[in-house]
Amino acid sequence: MSADHEQHPLFMPLVFVGGLIFGFGLGFSHMAQPEIVLNFLQFEDFGLLFVMFGAAVVTGITFFGIKLVRSTAPFTGTPYARRLKTLDRNVVLGGGIFGVGWGLSGICPGAAYASLGIGNVAILYGIVGMFLGAYVQGYWRSARAEGDAPASTAD
Amino acid sequence: MTATALLAVAFGELFPNGISHYAIGGLLVGLGTVVIYLGTGIAAGASTFLESTLSYVSNLSRFQRYVSSRDWRVVFTLGIVAGAAVYAVTFQSGLVSSSLHQPATTGQLYDVGGLTLWMTEVQPWRLFLGGILIGIGTRVGKGCTSGHGVCGVGSASSASLVGVATFLLIAIGVAQLVQALGVSP
Repeated sequence: MSADHEQHPLFMPLVFVGGLIFGFGLGFSHMAQPEIVLNFLQFEDFGLLFVMFGAAVVTGITFFGIKLVRSTAPFTGTPYARRLKTLDRNVVLGGGIFGVGWGLSGICPGAAYASLGIGNVAILYGIVGMFLGAYVQGYWRSARAEGDAPASTAD
Repeated sequence: MTATALLAVAFGELFPNGISHYAIGGLLVGLGTVVIYLGTGIAAGASTFLESTLSYVSNLSRFQRYVSSRDWRVVFTLGIVAGAAVYAVTFQSGLVSSSLHQPATTGQLYDVGGLTLWMTEVQPWRLFLGGILIGIGTRVGKGCTSGHGVCGVGSASSASLVGVATFLLIAIGVAQLVQALGVSP
């Protein structure tokens, strides 16, 4: 995929506005507060279910409904498609590692960015950690991909 | 007690802070995703930003594959930070109020130049160590709470449903274990 699709003058402004609404929602729903996420995981307040599944219902209706109206996105020409990934061992392994981190800290990537926006400077410990973790797995997987020639781009 | 009253008590225990701000926030998270999807066809997740941003400073093949999307992912993330900041300036600072909104009951509120900001009390080591595991796990597992949880579940993707079930169950176990060990917050 080239970066040509980013040439539409409204592409970047739209992505920013989408992020703005997304981040406001994370602030309003208190998902930007790790304590609230931990309260959910400790069965003290089940409100998080409304956030995650409320959002999934909105995207679900759109992802399935838009295809009845048009087939490609106006700013990119990209065909509308559902977000489908291959189900393999990595989904379970990675999901498990993410689960340990989420349960330990109460943070996840989107909510961590939003947390910075509500003034939670301490979240930088978590964000720096995320970059370190992403780098470690990228280093390891890049080295492995170069080991098995030809380089695979699995997933 | 009548059945209705029992239900009300049970509801109050499950949702001690009510549900309106959770439901509205969730709809907005979905709306933000939908705005981007309708315009661009992209189902945006938040964790790819970690790897795509590393491509600016690292030549590793694992990061370079995201070069074509790295610019808009930075814009998306800046949008998320800015959107949360708009929340901080309005509802969190009391400039705007609504019965559907719930003020913060956790952490510490502090004041900077008339703005009310919020700070977590969760210990730094939990954030840092958790962050490292999240950086590894979300990238190996092909998504996080937004990519799998919102876009993937909305797509009825079996990989995402398995991913969400996995990280949700493990996170519940870990959070309860850490609590049982007396770590708080």
